[in-house]
Amino acid sequence: MVGWIYLCGVSSIIFVFSIFFFVFREGAPFLRDRFDFKEFFFSPEWYPNSDLNKRYGALALILGTASVTLFAMLIAVPFGLGAAIFISEFCAGKFKEALKITIEILAAIPSVVWGFIGLMVMSPLIIWATGAPVGLNVLNGGIVVALMSLPVIVSISEDALKAVPDTFREAALALGATRWQVIYKVLLPAAKNGLLAAALLGVGRAVGETMAVYMTTGHSVNIPFDSRFPLFHPLQSVRTLTATIAAELGEAPHLHPDPSGNYPPEAHHYQVLFVIGILLFAITFAINLTADLVVKGIRRKG
Amino acid sequence: MIRAHPANKIEIAGLTVSYGGKTVLQDLDLEVRRNEILAIIGPANSGKTTLLKCINRTIEFIPGARVRGSIKIDGEEVHQIRDVFRLRRRIGMVFPLPVGLPMTVHDNVAYAPRLMGIRGRTELEAIVEKCLRQAALWDEVKDRLKTLGTKLSGGQQQRLTIARALSHRPEILCLDEFSIAVDPVTTMRIEDVLLELKSEMTIILVTNLVQQARRLGDRTAFLNNGNLVEVDRNEVVFSDQPANRLTYEYVQGVFG
Repeated sequence: MVGWIYLCGVSSIIFVFSIFFFVFREGAPFLRDRFDFKEFFFSPEWYPNSDLNKRYGALALILGTASVTLFAMLIAVPFGLGAAIFISEFCAGKFKEALKITIEILAAIPSVVWGFIGLMVMSPLIIWATGAPVGLNVLNGGIVVALMSLPVIVSISEDALKAVPDTFREAALALGATRWQVIYKVLLPAAKNGLLAAALLGVGRAVGETMAVYMTTGHSVNIPFDSRFPLFHPLQSVRTLTATIAAELGEAPHLHPDPSGNYPPEAHHYQVLFVIGILLFAITFAINLTADLVVKGIRRKG
Repeated sequence: MIRAHPANKIEIAGLTVSYGGKTVLQDLDLEVRRNEILAIIGPANSGKTTLLKCINRTIEFIPGARVRGSIKIDGEEVHQIRDVFRLRRRIGMVFPLPVGLPMTVHDNVAYAPRLMGIRGRTELEAIVEKCLRQAALWDEVKDRLKTLGTKLSGGQQQRLTIARALSHRPEILCLDEFSIAVDPVTTMRIEDVLLELKSEMTIILVTNLVQQARRLGDRTAFLNNGNLVEVDRNEVVFSDQPANRLTYEYVQGVFG
């Protein structure tokens, strides 16, 4: 019996390592035979299907993911923080519970449904509001991903605010602080690690999101850059790392090496998608680890 | 401003408080005289802390709390005061456990003056030094005013809390079992400070140390189960014949 429980406990570790092993094994031949650091990270030329001129530059895909994530966080972090403050400091009783449950339901909506909303509702709205030729772009994907990462941001921020001892609030109130002064000067500084962790987990969610992003960003290999915008142009279509894997894995031929162990060039397409997988793995791993360390930081001090 | 009884700083009449149906203070009548130390003693759950929360109206943040009756400060009905924040700035509050706010030592003490609109650096520094000296903490922290208040030891944090409570020059200082987390030597030093401060403000000292009430109080009130059993000058309360038998037993340590 104890053995079973033990197996259940360690299985998650086994799964993570198996997945990593599998992804790495599939991507390894590309890393060995074809991978070019400069091309992969700095070239926007993604021509995995070209017969004569195969190119595996992931820059546009990386920037696609970065731009959608950035826009999503620009919306979700302030909004989620506001919602958490509202729930934790201005609500009580049944209303508070109802609000928390509703936000959790938001997390349960399948991502393809979000994609559908982006496609059918947001896209016409964006065209109508901005006059952009296409409604499937960074803005659309950013809004959808923002809504999808809100639940995790809200619930973790709310936990962080709840963890601030009531004595802090009481002490500040007794000194004549208004509610807002308590929030600005006492609660936010006291909860800042937890809030940072919430934002980081939101980023992790946004980077990893696939289907909704696939459906809402227009799926075109493009660096969303325009000299009129400081960072990314919100009305340009992009393609993300995750959407690329989802879209191309089905059509990329899974070929075996010849007896001497060499792969034909056509096999690299399949493999490079796994290299993208390794990259995503590394990004989300780094984000989750940082968030974890940040949260542990609070516990040690608390 | 109406001053019916100029000698009384606070007048409480018919104060009844309940939390969700459970009565914690029952029809309390009590006055606090100007520039006295009124000690309030009584066993746990006798309503001492609740009484303090009613005076600065932080009771309003407790869900389900119902307050009836009247509390007047300088003749002014407390629950009719529009600017509750100004009211709270007239009252210093020290809690049982030290609460160093998550900011530097300096900012902890400068917090309330800043809320009042004091911005000048030298002025703030002067206030910080004065309050820390009054709370017998200055010598220990004067070289690390920039460290986090939460990094100080428990006893130091409690004195920091007292310095903070003095920082807005309150007319009334409420201390709620301040010595729980403080060592005896520091407690004595703070007690001396309180005796000095008496000339500047009115002090309400809630304590579960009967001897502390005896040492510091001009008068002592004994609360039991939400009822005011007795309030009188210390000479009477701590004598062999206080008005109520229960007071005698509590003071002598027969129960509680």
